[in-house]
Amino acid sequence: MSERLPILRIGENLLVSIQIDLDDQTVLNLQDDLAEQVVKHSARGVIIDITAAEIVDSFVGRMLATIASISRLLDAETVVVGMRPAVAITLVELGLSLGGVRTALNLERGLAILAEHAAARAAQA
Amino acid sequence: MTGRREELAAGWIEVVSRTLATRVSRAELDRELHELYSAIVEALGSGGLDTGAEAWTEVRALLVELSRNRARQGFSPAETAVSVFALKAGLERQLDQGSPGDVAAYLTLSRLTDALGMFTVDSYTTTREQIISSQAEELLELSTPVVKLWDGVIGVPLVGTLDSARTQVVMEKLLQALVDTGSAKAIIDITGVPAVDTEVAQHLLKTVVAARLMGAECIVSGIRPQIAQTIVALGIEFGDIVTKATLADALRHALRGLSDADSVRGRGASQA
Repeated sequence: MSERLPILRIGENLLVSIQIDLDDQTVLNLQDDLAEQVVKHSARGVIIDITAAEIVDSFVGRMLATIASISRLLDAETVVVGMRPAVAITLVELGLSLGGVRTALNLERGLAILAEHAAARAAQA
Repeated sequence: MTGRREELAAGWIEVVSRTLATRVSRAELDRELHELYSAIVEALGSGGLDTGAEAWTEVRALLVELSRNRARQGFSPAETAVSVFALKAGLERQLDQGSPGDVAAYLTLSRLTDALGMFTVDSYTTTREQIISSQAEELLELSTPVVKLWDGVIGVPLVGTLDSARTQVVMEKLLQALVDTGSAKAIIDITGVPAVDTEVAQHLLKTVVAARLMGAECIVSGIRPQIAQTIVALGIEFGDIVTKATLADALRHALRGLSDADSVRGRGASQA
């Protein structure tokens, strides 16, 4: 039985805080839910907080990149925040550089990046 | 052997002290070897000739201590082993005046001495290895400081040759420091690295990518002209990684990036 991760809405942004070790099915569910929620709330940003995740395997790493691509198609920027040093080292050793995924040290910085994007968007409009 | 104790021990000590004369005091040798001698005599009296048996525990302990001390003081294996093998020389001298029974006894004792000598060299080597590995660890710790250069900027000045083990330590320390200080910029300064080969470059690239995964930007600085030429000649691609010739340039770049981020945050705050 895999769990569903709660997706929280903050203004124009969606926040997913991962508090458990991820298994494949949970991540697939997350991908479904997130795509739906982005459309439903017409979100402009998605933050995935993996501060609590101690293990990120190659599948989860790839899924993070996939989620980012999906969100971008739906006009939402994805920021992965709070990756642990050990996790970063593992991903690099696995040869995953998560190209196309923006990252930030912590939630605050992640929100700052999304704010920057919103500002750029407003300037364009 | 018990009967001619003093005589034998004196002969033994004399041979050993002739070899090690200048480096160990006579009194110290006297004490060490007398202790060892009585332990051996006691073990011979109480048990068999098997040096692994329980009766020899004390002898073994003494030998371990002796070889450990010798290893710490920087003696060579031969100088350590002579302490034990010299016992034979003392016995040999007694042989001249002895009966045929003594020859058999001498051979037995000789085998025994060989076993003890082996044991001594063995424990000497073990101690030496322990010393070497603990020194290597200390060196590793010493050689990789992570310093805070500015608010939000940390630096790692690398000095000396980089190998996989060391780069691993650097990588872990750097990434942990990013988390601890909440810095978004890190500068790896390789001014003190004598040579960069493909392996070192690979390690550097991995560190930079790992930092980027965590949301921090890594700048490589201190690339000397010679090293720049080597890197290009080896065909190593640094891609979009920021590289600077000097630490000062790297710091300027990092600070410029930081002020951008600050203004972004200010804008975000005013919007909210």
